[in-house]
Amino acid sequence: MNKEMALQELVGELRDGMTIGIGGWGPRRKPMALIREILKSDLKDLTIVAYGGADVGMLCAAGKVKKVVFAFVSLDFIPLEPYFRKARQNGEIEVMEIDEGMLLLGLRAAAWGCPYIPTRLGLGTDVVNLNPDIKLVDSPYDEKEWLAMPALKLDAALLHVDRADRRGVCQIKGPDVYMDEWMARAADKTFVSCEELVDTEYFAQGDEARYVFWERTMTSAVIPVAGGAHPTSCTPEYGFDVPHFQEYNASAKEGGFEAYFDKYIKGRSEAEYQQAVGGIDAIRQLPLPVY
Amino acid sequence: MTTPATEYSLAELMICANASAYDNDGEVLVTGIGVLPRIAASLAMLSSNTDIMMTDSEAWLLSEPNPVGKRDADFQPKAETWMGFTRIFDNVWSGRRHLTGGPTQIDRFAQANISALGGDHSKPKVQMLGVRGFPGNSICHANSYLVPMHSKRVFVEGECDVVCTIGYNPDRLPKGYSFDEIDVRQVYTNLGVFDFRGPNRQMQIVSLHPGVTVEEVQENTGFPVHVPESIPTTQAPTEEQLDIIRRIDPHNLRAKQLKDNPPGVRG
Repeated sequence: MNKEMALQELVGELRDGMTIGIGGWGPRRKPMALIREILKSDLKDLTIVAYGGADVGMLCAAGKVKKVVFAFVSLDFIPLEPYFRKARQNGEIEVMEIDEGMLLLGLRAAAWGCPYIPTRLGLGTDVVNLNPDIKLVDSPYDEKEWLAMPALKLDAALLHVDRADRRGVCQIKGPDVYMDEWMARAADKTFVSCEELVDTEYFAQGDEARYVFWERTMTSAVIPVAGGAHPTSCTPEYGFDVPHFQEYNASAKEGGFEAYFDKYIKGRSEAEYQQAVGGIDAIRQLPLPVY
Repeated sequence: MTTPATEYSLAELMICANASAYDNDGEVLVTGIGVLPRIAASLAMLSSNTDIMMTDSEAWLLSEPNPVGKRDADFQPKAETWMGFTRIFDNVWSGRRHLTGGPTQIDRFAQANISALGGDHSKPKVQMLGVRGFPGNSICHANSYLVPMHSKRVFVEGECDVVCTIGYNPDRLPKGYSFDEIDVRQVYTNLGVFDFRGPNRQMQIVSLHPGVTVEEVQENTGFPVHVPESIPTTQAPTEEQLDIIRRIDPHNLRAKQLKDNPPGVRG
C-alpha cells in the first residue's frame, strides 16, 4: 500500500465541522505545514483538540474554529498565545477547558472504544461547573463519585514526525512522543507529515524500529515536508524559531493576523513559505531549545 | 556545619523557604515551575532531601539537577530515566509528587487560578494559560505556591475567577471525599510563609520575613489570615545554601524575579 500524499491534497480529505486532533505540545513538533494548508482553505467550523500552541492561535485567527478542546494554549517562552487570547477575549469560540491529563484520558477512551474513563482529575474545580457535558458517575466499587471523562473521538489527527515510509510506518526521534500516539489511535484518519521519506528497510537497521510508536494501520496518509514543523521545533532536527515567534506575537499588537498571513502564507506554496522564512537550510540550523 | 548568612536577597530567602517544603517528602517527583521554585527544588535535591526526583523540563529524569539558564555547549545532563509527558501523568496520578507553582489568584479556600480573569467563561476579560494540569495535580498530590508579590490581587476577597484546583471549599467537596485527601502544603510570598492549617483550614502565618508585620500581611490579603500566638522569623539562608544556589543559578536569574531585587533583611 502506498500512503504517500501531496501536501495540496490534504484539505480535500477534510470537511467543515470536523473534530481534528493536532499533535505536538505548545511550540514543539506541530504539523505546521498541514495547518498552513488549512489556513489557506475554505474549511470552517472545526473543533480542535490539542495541547495547543500557534497551531490553535492561527486557526482561531483565521476564523477556522468553532470550538477548542484544551488544557492550555501557549508558546512556552511566550506564555500566552496572542491570537487564542484574542479569540477568547472576544468570545469568538466555544471551549471545553479541561485538565491536561483529562485530555489524554479522553483520547485513550476513544482509542480503546470506551464511552468514558473514570478519574479524580477535575473534581472539586470549575472544570466540572464549566463543562455541563462532562458527567459525574458513581462507582460500583466504592462510595465516591468519579468524573467520567468522555471519549474524544477525532475525525482526523494531524501529526508531524521525523521519518516515515510509504506504508505509514512513522518514526519520532525527539525525546518525547507527546500525545501523538493517542491522537493517531483516537482518530478515524491520521495524516502525518514527515521530515524525511525513507524506505522500509531503514527501520530494520540497529534500533530504529524502537522509535516507532504506533502501527502503520493507524496512519492514513504520509506527506513528506522537510521543515514542516517550522516555526515549532522538531528535536533533534531543529529548534523552534524564536525571532519568528516574536514577530508573530508582535503582529497581534500591530498589523494583526492578516499582515502575518499575507507576508508568509497567503498564496504561497510551502516551498515559498520556507523561502520567506530563510530557507530549509536556515530552518535546519535553528538551535535546539534549552529548558 | 552551617553558617547563617548575613547578607542575602529576598529572592534567596524565598528560595530557601521553598526548598524546606520538600525536607520530609522522601522519594517523590518535585517540580518547581518558574525560576525561583526551580532553584528551590534543585537546592533541596542537592542538600536537604537527596532522594528527590526531578525532570529536565523536557523528557528525562535527572540524577542531578541541571543549572538554570544557558549552559556550556559541552554540558552533559545526568539523565537517568525517560520521563515524557505521558509518564509525568502516570507519576502525578500515583500521588508521588510535590509541585510548587505560581498562580495568579489564590482564595481563602486555598483554591488557585491560572486560567483566566474577569468576564464570564465564554468571554473572559483576560485569557491566561488555561487550567493546565492544576486540577489533576490538586487532587492527586501535594502542592505549594510561590507568590512574588503578596497583594489583594493575588489573595482575592471572593473565590478565584476560575477555580483551577480543588481546595477546602465545603460547597465543592466531591461526594465520598475528605479534605484530608487534599494536600495544599505551604505558600511562599515576599512577606512570609503561610499554610492552610489554621482553624477550619484558614490560611495562617507560619513565619514572617525579617521586618514584615502582621498588619502588612493582613492589609495585602483579601481575606482574614489566622495569626498564631507566636510567629517566628523566616530562617535565614546559610552560606552553604547560598553556595549551592550560586551553582544552580550561575547567571543570577534569581536577581530578576522580584522587582528591584530587594535584600532579605529590610534596610
